[in-house]
Amino acid sequence: MTPQNQTDIIRRSAAAQAAALTAGEVSSEELTRAHLDRIAAVDGDLNAFLHVNTDEALAAAREVDTRRSAGEELHALAGVPIAVKDIVVTEGQPTTAGSKMLEGWIPPYDATLVNALRKAGLPILGKTNMDEFAMGSSTETSAYGPTRNPWDRDRIPGGSGGGSAAAVGAYEAPLAIGTDTGGSIRQPGAVTGTVGVKPTYGSVSRYGLIAMASSLDQAGPVTRTVEDSALLHELIAGHDPHDSTSLTDPVGPFAAAARSKDVKGLRVGVIEELEGEGFAPEVRARFTESLEQLERAGAEIVRVSCPNFRYALGAYYLIMPSEASSNLAKFDGMRFGLRVVPEDHPTAENVMKATRGAGFGDEVKRRILLGTYALSAGYFDAYYGSAQKVRTLVQRDFAAAFEQVDVLASPTAPTVAFRLGEQVDDPTAMYMNDIATIPANLAGVPGISLPSGLAEDGLPAGIQFLAPVRADERLYRVGGALEALLEDSWGGPLLAKAPELTGGAN
Amino acid sequence: MAHMPSIGRDDVARLADLARIQLTDEEIDRFAGEFDSIMDAVASVSEVATEDVPATSHPIAMTNVFREDVVETTLTQEQALAGAPEAQDGRFAVPQILGEE
Repeated sequence: MTPQNQTDIIRRSAAAQAAALTAGEVSSEELTRAHLDRIAAVDGDLNAFLHVNTDEALAAAREVDTRRSAGEELHALAGVPIAVKDIVVTEGQPTTAGSKMLEGWIPPYDATLVNALRKAGLPILGKTNMDEFAMGSSTETSAYGPTRNPWDRDRIPGGSGGGSAAAVGAYEAPLAIGTDTGGSIRQPGAVTGTVGVKPTYGSVSRYGLIAMASSLDQAGPVTRTVEDSALLHELIAGHDPHDSTSLTDPVGPFAAAARSKDVKGLRVGVIEELEGEGFAPEVRARFTESLEQLERAGAEIVRVSCPNFRYALGAYYLIMPSEASSNLAKFDGMRFGLRVVPEDHPTAENVMKATRGAGFGDEVKRRILLGTYALSAGYFDAYYGSAQKVRTLVQRDFAAAFEQVDVLASPTAPTVAFRLGEQVDDPTAMYMNDIATIPANLAGVPGISLPSGLAEDGLPAGIQFLAPVRADERLYRVGGALEALLEDSWGGPLLAKAPELTGGAN
Repeated sequence: MAHMPSIGRDDVARLADLARIQLTDEEIDRFAGEFDSIMDAVASVSEVATEDVPATSHPIAMTNVFREDVVETTLTQEQALAGAPEAQDGRFAVPQILGEE
């Protein structure tokens, strides 16, 4: 392929790349190589990838090409390459979760969702950067250096899945996998001008995800278009006997919903508690304009109140560290990962302490200690117990709201991307970035973020839609419709307005 | 929860011991300086967590999730030990478990 052909093809949506493969316009090997070339050209600056899986990706691509030329019936996304967040285990490829604790660790098995990607013939380009063990909102807590925002390399790409969002935003991959415990798919989507979906809890198997907070974690798609998210969600969703919280419901139809572009009569609820104070003026303006677009297309905009959402952040920062402190107990220097042996008294207990002291970064230590505190005798009822009650109240708010409306809406994040280093020393300020995304995780409801336009400093902002549990299809319906309306008004996708990445050293 | 005690250096050191994390003096100082403001920010949960509200531990309630009791492929011994910091005779090799005192 000529360099121009390569540039043209990698800028297309995953659905369009799949169509080009089916039409014989390009082979999977050429398509995969085009993305690997793009990674080689721009990732030195962005640091979206922790590992690039060149040989295996090309081998997988050639295998799909062979199967296609033999006339085999293939999955719709067969041959379209994908990037996978480094918290998802991949057999034979390093998986670090952004931590020194797992530097060089090669998992002996595949996550269920990775298995689905391989079976469908999606070449895995590599593993994407993230906040350490997904603890962060900026990808700055990665032990391997921050990922930079393709719109402005002095800015954060969101977190924890900044690597996946930056990779699709910079055309290094058409598709990526993210995980969302409190907003780690949606908030990076908002600040990079890309699309991300947190499915209903249990829609996608958690088997093979390195757990942070098991009752909140959910994997989902990271893409440039709503339709691509729908296609990827259909591929990775479904019941898995290896995850006892996996739903047995039938999957989809998500892609058809994304293509329907019909919001006539759809009732959209604006969450009063998530649009005022703390949200930047231009972020709010793009949100309001997006709602006006939907209204003109026949949707009904209703204001709803979810009074207990103001307690969601507090509940989240009790439940999440509590579960994390328990989940991360397995990193003990005994069976896998780092082992640090102190010179004095190298007993098992001292080895564990030294290993965890050296292997975990600040934010991970902070959350394990907070979780240990919240779960300790004497404080359990006041902290963890109260947080679980707030969880019930947040669920009730959602239930009441969804009696009035079909979907809820808010800005995804309070601001556009902030500068690297700006909030890294202020944990409570950093936690505020997730104010709008956290309620969905507490209640298990699905959410999507898609671009709403350019806001402060000419940087992208996102709009979030939330739907009732098991009604993910509604997100694709409203998301696909709004995306088409906004792209009409912009004259193309928002990402087309991003500055060219020239590559090379920054 | 307005009267929760503040979290000092000794508390942080004790929590680190419970969590089996070795901290430097500088880390203990820093966390001790941060934890009060973080716990203040989350303490509002007690305002609405009254006795009549049931607790929710899981977003989608499920009970008795079983699968068929059939043998599946598991990791081989070699795979299970592949990532171990140290292995010996097909087993994980761990440091001395008991102290000398």
